[in-house]
Amino acid sequence: MNTSSTVNECHPSLARGLWALTYRELKKWLKDPVMLVMFVLQPLIWMGLLGKSMNIGGLFSANNINLPPQIPIPGNVILYPFGLQGVVLNGTILAQMFADMGPSIMQNTFGVTDYFSFMAVGMVSMIVMTTTMFSGMSIVWDRRLGFLDKVISTPVSRAAIIFAKILNATFRAMFQASVILALAYLLGLQLSSSFTLLNLLGVYAAIFLLGVGLSSIFIAFSIRSTRMERPMQFISLITMPLMFASNTFFPTRLMPDWMQAIANVNPLTYLTDAIRRLTILPMDASALIWDFTYLGLFASSLATTGIVLSWRYLTR
Amino acid sequence: MNEVIKAENLTKVFNKSLVAVDHINFSVREGEIFGFLGPNGAGKTTTINMLITVLKPTEGKAFVLGFDVVKQANEVRKIIGVVPQEYTADEDLTGYENIMLCADLYGIPRDVAKKRALELLELVELTEFKDKRVETYSGGMRRRLELACGLINRPKVLFLDEPTLGLDVQTRAATWEYIRRLKKEYGMTLFMTTHYLEEADALCDRIAIIDHGKIIVTGSPSELKDSLGGDIITIAIKENADVTDIIRGVENVKEVRKENGAYSIKAAKGEATAPLIIEALRRKGFTVTRLSLTEPTLNEVYLEYTGRAVRDMEESKETFIAHRITLRRARGR
Repeated sequence: MNTSSTVNECHPSLARGLWALTYRELKKWLKDPVMLVMFVLQPLIWMGLLGKSMNIGGLFSANNINLPPQIPIPGNVILYPFGLQGVVLNGTILAQMFADMGPSIMQNTFGVTDYFSFMAVGMVSMIVMTTTMFSGMSIVWDRRLGFLDKVISTPVSRAAIIFAKILNATFRAMFQASVILALAYLLGLQLSSSFTLLNLLGVYAAIFLLGVGLSSIFIAFSIRSTRMERPMQFISLITMPLMFASNTFFPTRLMPDWMQAIANVNPLTYLTDAIRRLTILPMDASALIWDFTYLGLFASSLATTGIVLSWRYLTR
Repeated sequence: MNEVIKAENLTKVFNKSLVAVDHINFSVREGEIFGFLGPNGAGKTTTINMLITVLKPTEGKAFVLGFDVVKQANEVRKIIGVVPQEYTADEDLTGYENIMLCADLYGIPRDVAKKRALELLELVELTEFKDKRVETYSGGMRRRLELACGLINRPKVLFLDEPTLGLDVQTRAATWEYIRRLKKEYGMTLFMTTHYLEEADALCDRIAIIDHGKIIVTGSPSELKDSLGGDIITIAIKENADVTDIIRGVENVKEVRKENGAYSIKAAKGEATAPLIIEALRRKGFTVTRLSLTEPTLNEVYLEYTGRAVRDMEESKETFIAHRITLRRARGR
């Protein structure tokens, strides 16, 4: 038995450990097609039902604006010229006029003429948020089932243990975002004329930044928990406010001031904005740079905090 | 090196008040199977977790092959193997994938790892199931897979935490067999915890009885039993006479009491002493009609030193759930 060589033969490396642990998580995930389908189904339902049912563009269609064919306006309400006997407006033409104004109102409000495109991109942000938070939480199970203790007892780099979780969460989010975008395209998402496949790289970069930031803080949050309930409750508590106090469903410009203040620091706003600018809106470099700067700062500060905390909490 | 594991005043306090392990001192010699015996909640797993660098001691020191478990944790991790109490193998991966994952964590070169993984699977008789998901494994198979994973880095010291928890009697005996074989083939030192007395008796070269975080007594199973004063021989004779003095004259006999017409004799080396007693009585013309020999079990040892039978302590809810999960999986399929 070559026992003398045992010590020298172990060469734990960050890269290999990181890959092995990330690969394990992804393999677990891919081996569960039911979960995979459900994860995609949920935003698809939101997108399909909410996005398609809230047909805001339809508010302005000609047959939605019910005007009588003849609209008489008596003379006494018209101040000038005096002595006029009153006019009769053609209701059909008037309705048509309003309907013609519709797309421009939509354009000014949402930046695009169909609400579905606007909303579908918001859905991508939502899925990125929930996926990264939930997959970060899987560390609770690892602790509970003893897997984490076993990994800690091996010479694998401590950083690999935490980074593997972050990477796994982020990869999952990226994969799901791709599926949602593809499905949205099939359901009628209208890409802007400046869209190229290169823009997709930008979309992934933005998702990556938010994913890293959110998942590292969630891992730090759940690393000491021995039960699932608390992190779960926390996620359901913050998901809704994060989603609604952002531009996910509606432009922040039309929100009350206090809500705008929240939306303006909500990272989800920046992610959604970045993706919109890269897909459905015309290119605006300066706005994009601002989005990415914010996301970058968010990711680096949260990731640093998260990793420092997780590191400390890993060995009790 | 003679002392493979050494603990000096090793202490762990949880939440500043719960003393799980209380200033324990022990050493494990090279090549032996050393067992920590005690009820649930006695501090066995906490001790093991400090030795395998998962928990930081609150006070005191521990060394594995001379490496400090806190200051040289990474050196310790490279030379130890761990078989945890829970089934930690990933249920969604196959047995082979699980072993390879362990190999990656140790950074064992891939070609070496592949060869060794197959060897280990052969050793624990899982070759046939290596490409099946662990989900489909029975409790005994999972335990064997954990053993194989713990051996992937050819450890010099193997830590086993409750290696047969939740297994049925047959599977338990089979697992003991594997552990014995591993020790023989790899020449390792083994440190194990258990709350099964038979297990400690059957496997361990030396035992430390631990209760409420303290080591009460240390010794080999037979030493511990002998320390109680020997076996109990019960004898009855046909004739109506008092033979107490004759029995007392036999070598190794320590104590004789007459109870309900029979003689209860406390003697060292009961198997050898019983024939001598019969012989001595026969020579004086007495006929032995009945004889029985009871050896003290670890149960009596335990009773003697802790003042009570092995009992189940109250456990925290988490531990209880973890146990339930392990037990449920152990029942298999």
